[in-house]
Amino acid sequence: METFMSLLQISIGAIFIQNFILSRFLGLCPFMGVSKKLSTATGMGIAVIFVMTVASMFTWAINHFILEAYNVLYLQTIVFILVIASLVQMVEMILHKYSPVLYESLGVYLPLITTNCAILGVAMINTGINPYSGSPFTFVESVVNGTMSGVGFLLALILMAGIREKIELADIPKPLEGLPIAFITAGLMAVAFLGFSGMQLR
Amino acid sequence: MSLPIIILALAGLFFGIVLSIGAKVFHVHVDERIKQLEAVLPSANCGACGFAGCAAFADGLVRGTAKANGCLPGGAEVAHKVAQLLGVDADHLEEMVAAVHCKGGDNEATIRAKYDGIHDCHGAVLISNGSKECQYGCLGLSSCVAVCEFDAIHINANGIAEVDPEKCTGCTACVASCPRFLIDMMPKSQKIFLGCNTKDRGAKVKKYCSVGCTGCTLCVKAASHPDSIKMVNNLPVLSFTTGENFLTSAYKCPSDCFVDTVVARPKAHINVKCTGCGDCVPVCPVPNTITGIIGGRHTINKDTCIGCGLCLPVCEPSAIALWGSLGYTDRERRTTGRFEIT
Repeated sequence: METFMSLLQISIGAIFIQNFILSRFLGLCPFMGVSKKLSTATGMGIAVIFVMTVASMFTWAINHFILEAYNVLYLQTIVFILVIASLVQMVEMILHKYSPVLYESLGVYLPLITTNCAILGVAMINTGINPYSGSPFTFVESVVNGTMSGVGFLLALILMAGIREKIELADIPKPLEGLPIAFITAGLMAVAFLGFSGMQLR
Repeated sequence: MSLPIIILALAGLFFGIVLSIGAKVFHVHVDERIKQLEAVLPSANCGACGFAGCAAFADGLVRGTAKANGCLPGGAEVAHKVAQLLGVDADHLEEMVAAVHCKGGDNEATIRAKYDGIHDCHGAVLISNGSKECQYGCLGLSSCVAVCEFDAIHINANGIAEVDPEKCTGCTACVASCPRFLIDMMPKSQKIFLGCNTKDRGAKVKKYCSVGCTGCTLCVKAASHPDSIKMVNNLPVLSFTTGENFLTSAYKCPSDCFVDTVVARPKAHINVKCTGCGDCVPVCPVPNTITGIIGGRHTINKDTCIGCGLCLPVCEPSAIALWGSLGYTDRERRTTGRFEIT
């Protein structure tokens, strides 16, 4: 029960309180780039969930068994990038071979995610201290954190895409059309998500 | 000190080896023609072919779901290259351009009401079928202009949509955008088309448009190739496959319904080889244009000659030639207005 509660805490925290896009401001490039249509936004979000989960598993293991063991934690960034890039490549090849349908639907987003700072961000956060328990992330906790961060990413992306689809049809002052109004919208959404900060689960 | 370097090098080596093994194990055979086709295609990803970009189109070509001449912006050149790569015949590929079948603008057509709604043809049609008395004509509210990706269609000073054949890529986006179905595709090599779409009877057309087709069938009789013009629903339908140039039909039209995209046509000229047989005089559709006495050299009035070329094949000593088409591009002939014969 206690484990379940701590995992729930991590989930709520990753999705709402510390939302990757709207609170941590990571991964803004795809947030602006692929939030024009709801369908592409959903595809990108699901791809991010997938990669974040797999990346959390591998980076936690590498961090725990190699970097910490040999006391070279300062290599985290470069090693994690290496891991994530190879991982995405590998996943892409496997998908292409065994699940062409999924490969087609994820399309260009899968390689795009390789350089997404949100993925590196979740890997780095997983190496730190779990703020809800006060001790380092365990393997399960870090995987849940990765998945739920991806869900938070998907949520923000879908919200944004839904709003932008409506904005396309609205009467907007000429200088604000397109990206400027999208940035203003993103700012207002971030303010709205600030409302979750300080929320606690007991 | 050397430990981090070793760890990093080993990690890099490990992932490199894993990836290269993975590439072999999970290798998926991709048709190499797709890569070659992608190189040939214009990479504009415009979607005019109906696929989600050039890569998807190339994939469709190899699978057989796309046609070799499917790339409209690429035109005949790309179609030929694609056909070569796929090993299919590309002979029948002809470049097409859009044509607006109406020329009854503000000066010619009667307006029955003032339209004050949103600037869109579909909107105007919804409100009791537009402001024009003619129920078939161009409304001039830019619905086709808005969908053209290539800036090839514009509303002219007369309030009628007009296609620039030089810019038109034949993507057919405008065809679907017209609520009155006024736009269709014609071969780029053809310069004359019918600028009217009314299916009303002649007497009614006369009341609302000075350039409306009355269905008099004079153009059908004037065509030198049989079957090149047929009457369907009070409207002549032009067939561009017979080789007819429609110059005579356009000249004979009493309502001036035809649109000629060439402003200045070349004119016929009779040189000194003329024997004065007079064979050319009866074939000329324009009265008093070829004059001369039997036995003497005939002359052609350059002001009235329409350049139809009907006199060329009947001339026994081949003394007649069309002047003015040399050294000028189609575009220059269209824009220079009156053509000077030098």
